Amino acid sequence: MLEPFDFGFMQRAMIAATLVGGVTAAVGVFVILRRLAYIGHGLAHSIFGGAVVSFTLGINFFLGASIWGAFSVFLINQAARRRQIGGDAAIGIITTAAFAIGIAVISRARSFTRDFEAALFGEILGITNQDLYVTAGMVLLIAVVLFLLWKPLVFITFDQDVATAYGIPVRWVEAIFSLALAATVVAALQVLGVTLIAAALVIPPVVARLMTDSFPRLFAIAVLIGAFTGFLGVYISWFADVSSGATIVLVQAAVFVLTLAWGVLGSRRGRNAARRAERLAGLERSLTE
Amino acid sequence: MATVRVGELVRLDGVALGYDGEVALRDVNLQISPGELIGIVGPSGCGKTTLLRSLLGETEVYAGDSSVADNTRVGYVPQVETVDWNFPITVEQVALLGSWRTRRWLPWTSRAERSRARVVLSQLGIADLADRPIRALSGGEQQRTFLARALVRSPDLLLLDEPTSGVDIKTRHEILHQLAALNHAGVTVVLTTHDLNGVASHLPRLIALGEQTVLADGPPSEVLQPAILERAYGQPMLVVQSGNETYVLPVPEEAPGAHEEPPARPNVVNVIRRPDADDA
Repeated sequence: MLEPFDFGFMQRAMIAATLVGGVTAAVGVFVILRRLAYIGHGLAHSIFGGAVVSFTLGINFFLGASIWGAFSVFLINQAARRRQIGGDAAIGIITTAAFAIGIAVISRARSFTRDFEAALFGEILGITNQDLYVTAGMVLLIAVVLFLLWKPLVFITFDQDVATAYGIPVRWVEAIFSLALAATVVAALQVLGVTLIAAALVIPPVVARLMTDSFPRLFAIAVLIGAFTGFLGVYISWFADVSSGATIVLVQAAVFVLTLAWGVLGSRRGRNAARRAERLAGLERSLTE
Repeated sequence: MATVRVGELVRLDGVALGYDGEVALRDVNLQISPGELIGIVGPSGCGKTTLLRSLLGETEVYAGDSSVADNTRVGYVPQVETVDWNFPITVEQVALLGSWRTRRWLPWTSRAERSRARVVLSQLGIADLADRPIRALSGGEQQRTFLARALVRSPDLLLLDEPTSGVDIKTRHEILHQLAALNHAGVTVVLTTHDLNGVASHLPRLIALGEQTVLADGPPSEVLQPAILERAYGQPMLVVQSGNETYVLPVPEEAPGAHEEPPARPNVVNVIRRPDADDA
């Protein structure tokens, strides 16, 4: 059972997956409550383009992908402000165009195909100590941003109009959050790959949403689920001998299904109990009359 | 930039305002003094919310001057229809959003903030709902929750957008009673309403909007006049006065082909009640 812990690459993978799982869930809480799940998916594809260009130009992956992601976010925000376009269309256009740039570069430089596959599907077992330090640094930075912007972010997420009226600099907060989201996607790219990031952003917060109606509690539960399923996914992948990114998402999906089933059974039990109570009350009334 | 004069809270001089380059209201002249209770009336889309939001500084001003007195704390209660009622947040957490500026860089709230929120919730009679999720609230409780968020900031000027829409008569009465109590305590209250009979006619000052401007500004007896209301709503209105009560009713359109005659009298009906009317 403890075999995976004997290997350095597995230790690094489990630490990275735990950190990335927690931070994607934390950012994902704001993403799902603002109904922006699509932006996570789009940004992952957009940043893939940045990763490809970074490889080709020999720039550090984290640096290149982060700049690319920040630029995509800036373009999305600018385009979405135009009434005729709208947020979803802006995301669709800019992120697929950025992704297409990556594909175009790949088709010109076929020798990099394997690295690009790693970006698409994740290659957590190849994480070096340096990668781990950079990932931990990015996670810490995102956590600090969320800590400092907690109150304005919650206010804007819940009620943007009134947040503006109460003096919150909504555009600034949104811009900083978008950059934090781009950084999250970059940090998660190596662990999960482009194709699976959206699931890690969405599933833990949705599971937490099924469990509570309190925002702080929802946030805490989502982060715990994200971190734990990240760790568990890598651990199980050792024994199942399948891709770690896919296993993480499958574990999260299993937690979602179990929570949903528990909720359905719970509400059925609640309804049955209410019916029983109603029948007993009726019986009591008929006996006393 | 106009400056408010002594004894004024808000001043708008010949203001044209709107959003994204589109003028919604023009030639708006308005002065609000501390302690007033004002209703803004007019048909849907006439600019009631825009005028309210201009007092928050959230609209674009294209002409004229507008100003609010320095250090005025403004509380705002939006239309409940605009709120996401499935958002995972409790009544107390909503109220605490109002004090976000206090220790703004820390995610948690202080004991003083929480006790202030509890006091406000108690004043509004919803302290026992503090831990309840907002999706489980009735219409009146929803309004009070958002009123609590505004009151947590101890506002000098309280702006409410349709505070009585979607609530029953009893709740409407309670909300108006609470707003009147706040007003007596010195809070300046400005609200928008569609309800001319149940709300507007009971307020001391009304501002009627229509034709993209302010059509009338004064007590209900001056503003709720057939000519003003017809201009505002684009339809003849019947104003019935019974004692201190004023009722506004739309004049039914005549059936096609019906004989048209000019009205012999203006559309104001004075109902004189017999002294023994209540005993009947």
